[in-house]
Amino acid sequence: MAETIKIRATLQGDIVDVRALMTHIMETGLRKDPASGQVVPAHFIRQLVATLNGKTVVDAQWGPSVSKNPVLGFRVKGARAGDRIVIKATDNKGETLSGEASVA
Amino acid sequence: MDRFRRNFLNQLGAAGALAVGMITGLLRSGKALAVEWNKTAFDSTTLAEALKNMAGVGATESKDILIKAPDHAENGAVVQIEVTSNIQGTTSLVLLIEKNPRPLLADLAFSNGAESYTFLRAKFAETSRIRVLARAGGKTYFATKEVSVTTSGC
Repeated sequence: MAETIKIRATLQGDIVDVRALMTHIMETGLRKDPASGQVVPAHFIRQLVATLNGKTVVDAQWGPSVSKNPVLGFRVKGARAGDRIVIKATDNKGETLSGEASVA
Repeated sequence: MDRFRRNFLNQLGAAGALAVGMITGLLRSGKALAVEWNKTAFDSTTLAEALKNMAGVGATESKDILIKAPDHAENGAVVQIEVTSNIQGTTSLVLLIEKNPRPLLADLAFSNGAESYTFLRAKFAETSRIRVLARAGGKTYFATKEVSVTTSGC
């Protein structure tokens, strides 16, 4: 699977601060193409699951109001340097995005 | 002729077994997703409807939900929102942009040590309040913050 989510995981004490950046159009399905006047079909990330060493820490559902090229920031207590963060996302067309990083 | 018929039946049986296997496989892979995407709630076009579909009606206002967002945003396409719930035992946060055509922004469930905190970027169609719901101990709390927007991001 292509690494389509860039993740930065920084340790602050025993809390890891995670910032994930995704490249995605996040099309709402409500916007009209100015040239053709046709509604641009919806294409947005709907579900994300973040794990720390294989355990689910954040289970998210998103709507079309999330910005283009979205970010997800979250924090997990009790993390240590070297722990693995994996994030997987699925959009409304069933396409998947994923990324992983180790806590630094 | 008889042999042909036997082979044919055998193959038919094998294909049938395969089809059953595929169907159960599909059902299982569907089950692997923790929670199904809440289509009714995310498709809601008004705040009232979205709240109803998120079981967010009757929430108590709380000062322990902190929403960090600009008072004024030039560009409605990208507005940074940071939310922290200091309510003990918060298990999930729901974010809504009240006046957007699809108000429900995100629903996040925290587990295994994750703090009740999130950072997101949202689109704003117009000046609107952000509403955050926090679920803790079987109760729902909420807080709001207004963001005025110059250029629509939808």
